[in-house]
Parts: sequence; structure tokens; C-alpha cells
Amino acid sequence: MHWHEVSSVRTLQQIFAVTWLNFLNLSHRVASSSVAVVGVAAVVLVFAAVLSMAKGFERTMTLAGSEDTAIIIRSGSTSELASGLSNEQVLIVETAPGVLRDGDQAVVSAELYVLVDIRKKSNDSEANVPFRGVGPRAFDVRDSTGLTEGRMFEPGKNELVVGRAAQSEFEGLDLGTSIKFGRTAWTVVGVFEADGGVAESEVWTDIRVLQGAYRRGNSFQTVRVRLDDRDSLAGLEEALKNDPRLDVDVYSERQFYSSQAQGTSTFIRVLGYPITFLMAIGAVFGALNSMYSSVSARGKEIATLRALGFGPISVLVSTMIESTLLALIGGLLGGAIAFLAFNGFQVSTLSNASFSQVVFDFAVTADLLAQGIVTALIIGLIGGFLPALRAARLPVAQALREL
Amino acid sequence: MKYFGLIWRNVWRKKIRTSLTILSVLVAFLLFALLNALGQAMSGGGAMTGAVRLVVIDKVSLINFLPLSHKNKIAQIPGVAVVSQQSWFGGFYQDPKNQFPQFPVVPDEYFALYPEFVMPEEQMEAWKNNRTGAVIGRDLAELYGLKVGDRIPIQSTIFTRKEGGRTWEFDIEGIFDTTDPKGGTALLLFRHDYFAEANTFGDGFVGWYTLRLAEGADPVEVANAIDLQFANSPNETETSTEAAFAASFAKQFGNIALIVTMILGAVFFTLLLVAGNTMSQSVRERIAELAVLKTLGFKDGTVLGIVLTESVLIMAMGGLLGVALGWLAGLAIGSAMAMFVPGGIVVSTEIVLLAVALMIGAGVLAGIFPALKAMRLSIVDALARG
Repeated sequence: MHWHEVSSVRTLQQIFAVTWLNFLNLSHRVASSSVAVVGVAAVVLVFAAVLSMAKGFERTMTLAGSEDTAIIIRSGSTSELASGLSNEQVLIVETAPGVLRDGDQAVVSAELYVLVDIRKKSNDSEANVPFRGVGPRAFDVRDSTGLTEGRMFEPGKNELVVGRAAQSEFEGLDLGTSIKFGRTAWTVVGVFEADGGVAESEVWTDIRVLQGAYRRGNSFQTVRVRLDDRDSLAGLEEALKNDPRLDVDVYSERQFYSSQAQGTSTFIRVLGYPITFLMAIGAVFGALNSMYSSVSARGKEIATLRALGFGPISVLVSTMIESTLLALIGGLLGGAIAFLAFNGFQVSTLSNASFSQVVFDFAVTADLLAQGIVTALIIGLIGGFLPALRAARLPVAQALREL
Repeated sequence: MKYFGLIWRNVWRKKIRTSLTILSVLVAFLLFALLNALGQAMSGGGAMTGAVRLVVIDKVSLINFLPLSHKNKIAQIPGVAVVSQQSWFGGFYQDPKNQFPQFPVVPDEYFALYPEFVMPEEQMEAWKNNRTGAVIGRDLAELYGLKVGDRIPIQSTIFTRKEGGRTWEFDIEGIFDTTDPKGGTALLLFRHDYFAEANTFGDGFVGWYTLRLAEGADPVEVANAIDLQFANSPNETETSTEAAFAASFAKQFGNIALIVTMILGAVFFTLLLVAGNTMSQSVRERIAELAVLKTLGFKDGTVLGIVLTESVLIMAMGGLLGVALGWLAGLAIGSAMAMFVPGGIVVSTEIVLLAVALMIGAGVLAGIFPALKAMRLSIVDALARG
């Protein structure tokens, strides 16, 4: 064995011994150590909580977005609300290439999208709830969407089916109840789910009834078509773009919803990351403080170890290990609290893109937790480094004299 | 105050520890100031000054149009001084990211409604003589480097021109300022008559009405009278004050206040822990010294006061620096996001006062247990321990 191998093995043994010693007398420094732990826990908690909103919002917006469905919208419209299509245009879309056919019928749903004011249960204020008029094939053009309670509305009647999330978020949407929008009364006859997707925030009725109630004549805003094949999108787009009678944009449903999600989730991120960064800086100061006091409390002990022949490296590394472990405990704690308190917590917000309410759950995902733990470890390493350096440089003779 | 020298020396006994504590307090109050200012900006709080204005929208939803025929009926209701229409144009300049409000308005009526907006008389005249003219706010002019005489293309996501296309070009005839220090001017106004004539939906509808009350009129009475006037018509209305309207709109974004409160709660809990720990450490180290003070005849109350003042002092140093930094950061962020928060992110006097109250509160809370411990010291025990 070469001498440097011997020495590195010895250093490792020393590091282990000193770390173990630190651990054993940690109970004497509970107060200052717990400050570091709680500080880091708060950072990870806030980080995970704020960004889980962005995650949850994105998940809701993209979940229902299918690659097998195309949305046709008037060109230049950034939202369904701003779009407008005539009956003739809808008929042209129905006969376009790439549209799935069931017998001689195209699997499409021409829809109208308006907003109604309904009170939010959470803060008792009125909110823009999306109210959609749909065709009989509305469920066929959407993935994993279907009625779970009650029945479908009858064509021609003032009846509603409501999304599961809308029902739990907004007032007066229980099955069997009657609700008034303006002067028209509607009856809730069914509840549908969409696998947590954005459609669950909506209230649906027969397109013909909605056109009448809102004096929209025979006009529509969007057409959703089921593609006969995922790759047919480009062909459909080309055919529609080249038709002089149309002036439309064609997106896959997934593309459409993920672009709709961008504004709001960017906003949450722009808010979340700087807050986390600032808090992390605060936590670094907290960790530095605890580790400095840990080092000064162990001054005599460190000097004794050094006098016994333990190297400065082992003192340095063991101090850093201590602070990193404390930060890790804090990170795990904060992550766990965030998960238990916020995961699945339902809220709704006004989406910038659609100008309407989107109901979603906070999603404390595994990758958020991982990012939180990494942040915690970084705080621990930075917070431990300077105190560790001081511990390693402690003048042995002087420290011992103070005994 | 005669003990200030003593307290000051004690504060800096351990320079690193005190500096680190001050820095973490600083971060906490920086966040406090910024988040509160942002919350206020988002909820439109405080931005509504001057004359009381009412907003009349469609009862079913803000997005529904109201008929232009409502205008005369509203004007005849007692207590209404000026009424005029606006509509959401939903346009952007050059890139969809560059969004700001554009409204088709009636020039004279609009400026009568918003007396805080001021513009040179000759620019107003020029605008009234040019159907395709528009005026813009100073904030918008500075944001995109626009000046009078420029031609600005606005692409609407909603309205198509009869001549085809959704790109509307306007001649900038004027730039207006605001006398309201909290109000923003990142908006473009163009003429309603041109809008009504040139868009494919045609004439006869508006987005909403804004009205100014006559001197002494009761806003609630006027609002009720308007809504009653259109009750059971095909276009029922909902009238509220401009401030209430802005607040209810902000509420649609969900519980921003709750989230901010939650974050601040976490921040403050941590802060208190850090500062409390520092204080109890420093008291522990000084037990012998405090006993000497008491031997010299310092009263229990004085010792309590000295330790408490020390803790409040540390909080105040960090806190005031933090609020000052938050104010600077708010100015910087506010001007970078002028389009989203028209009033800017302003750390208001209320926020500062609240922060000062919190500094004192947190200082007392963090210091009270170590201070009580110091006060109750038995001289003999303490000297023996030291």
C-alpha cells in the first residue's frame, strides 16, 4: 500500500469518527440546530407550495389535451371567446380530409363558448364560469370524458351537465337544482368528469339552446374534430388553410391547451422562483448562524481532537456533513408538510388566456420535491462551509488554553 | 436612552452572529414589503382616487355586449353627470406578448369621465379632427418609444375590419399624462365612431358604460335606479362602483391574499426562531455580566428593558433595511412590468407602518423569554455559575 492510500484511508476513518462524535453530542445544541432545520424546512415548504400551483394548473390544462383531436378556431384568435365561425364554415370543416367518420357522420362537435357569473364557494364573489354549448358528439371528440352522474341534457331543453370541478367550486350546481343566468332558468341534470382536465371547470348545454339564449343566431366559435389518425393533423391544416372560404387556425387540442396554460403558469413561476431564492438566502444566514455556534460550542472538543492527531480535513468535512444533514432533515420535513397540506388542494383562478375560471388542484410532484431537497442540500453546503473552515483553522494551543 | 451605549456594545459583541441575524431579518422584511405591495397592486387597491365612478356591465357576464340604446336612458337617471361607453378591443402591438388595454371611446366624454388624464388642448383638437386618430398614455409611449405623428398598427384578437383583416392602424395624435400618482397610463384610446363604422359586427353595441356621479349623488341609489331601469329587459345590467368592480375582478384570480399570507407566515415563523435563538444565546453567554449589573444596583425592570431593547434593535436594523430594499426592488420590478401592474409596485405608507409594528412585535416576542430569564436571575447563583 502506498503512503497516500494509507493516509486517505486514515482521513476517511477520522472523518467518520468526528462526524459520529458530532452526532452524539448534537443533543447539546438542539436549539441552534433546530433553527437551521426549521429555516430550511420553511424554504422547501414555500417552494413546493407555490410551484405546485403552476404544476397543478399545467396538469389540468394539458391532461385533457388530446393529440387525436384538432381544434379549429378563427385565425388570430388567442382564445375560444374571441373566435367566430359561421354554420357554412362548420359544414366545410366536417367534410375535410382527416376527419374521423362514424358511418356517414363526421365525429365533430361545433361549439359556442360564453361566460356566466356564478359565485365561488371559497370567497363568495362572482367569477367568470365557462358555459359551453356542445353538439351531441361532445364526449366522442374528447379523451376519457363522460357522464358519471345523472343523465345527458335533452336537446332543445334548458338543461345543464356540469363538470365535477365546477360543481365543487361554484355555488348552485348540485344535481337537480335550478340556476338562473340572467333571465333564463336552467336545470342541472348531469355531472361529467374529464380525468381532472380543464373541461371539468365548465358547464355544458345543447349548442342550439345556447345559441338561442344568447342570441347568437347560427354561429359557433370552435369546432373540435376527431382525427382519423394522429398524423392527419398536417393534412387537415393544409386543406383548411387553402380553402378560400375559411380563415382559420388549426391546432391539436394538446397544442392549444398548452399554449393557453403558458401565461398563468409563467406568472406563478415568475413569482415563485424569486421568492424561493430570497428565502433560501435567508435560510443560508440561519444555517451559518447555527453552524458557527455549533463550532464555537465544540471549540474545546475540536482542539482536543486536533491535539490527539486528527487532521484539519476531518474536522472540516465532518462539520459540513453535519450542516448538510441538518439541511436534509429540514428539506424532508418541509417537503412532507407541503405534500400533506397542499397536494390535491383545489382552487380556481382566472386564466389569462381564456378569461374564464379554471379549477385545478395543487400538484406537489416528485420532481418538485426533488428540486426542493436539492435546494436544501445547497443551503446546507453553503451554510456549513465557512464555519467548517473556521473549525479547521482553529488554533489548537489557544483553544486548549481556554479550557 | 442613557443605556444605549451599553446596549449597542452588547448587540455587536458577536459581530458575525448579529450580522447574520440582521441579514435574515432583512430578507424577511424585503419579502414582506414586496409581496404586500404586489398584492395591493393586483387587487387594484388604493388606485381609485378622485371622483366616484360607476361601471355598468351586462348582468350575465362582463363579456356580453350592452346595446348603445342604454346610453340615453342612463344619462336621464338623476344623479348621473357624465356617461360614456367603452369596449374591450383585445389587441396587441407587433407581438402577441405586447398586450395593453385599447378602448374605443368618445373623446370629450372620456376625458370628462377621467379628469385625472390631462392632454394638451391642440392634441385633443387634432384627435377630434382625425377619425382614425388615437391617443396614448405616457407610460405606453415610453414603453415602446412612440411619439405624436407615429402610425401604430394594432392587431385585434376580436374585431375584424369590414375591409378585411384584423390589423387596425391608428395615427397617434396625442399623449396624455395622469395627475393621479398611483394611476398608470399604459393604454390606447381611439374613436368609437370609427370603431362602430369599421368593424364587421356593426354599430349599436358597447362593452360597458362608465359614469360619473353628479355632486352629492348617492352611488348606491343611482346604481339601483340604473339596474331597475333595465330589469326584465333582454339586457339586464349590473352596476357597481369602479373600486368594487376592480376588486371583484381581482378576486377572480383566486385567493392570492391567502397564498401571500401563507408564505409570509412561514417567513415570519422562521425569522422569529432565528432571532429568538440569537437572543437566548447571547443572554446565556452573559449571565455573569448581567449578575454584575444587578449587583451594581440595576433594577430588574432595567435589565429586562436592556435585553428587550437589544432584541428590538436587531429586528429594526434588519427590518428597516429590508423594507428600504423592498421599496427599491418594487420600483424596478414595477417599471419592468408596467403593463401588468399599471399603478406600479409601491410600498405604501400602510405597508411601512405595518412592517414597523411587526418589527417591534417580533423583537419583543423573540426577546421576552431571554429577557425574563435575565430579570429573574438570582445574583448569587449567576455569579457562582459564571
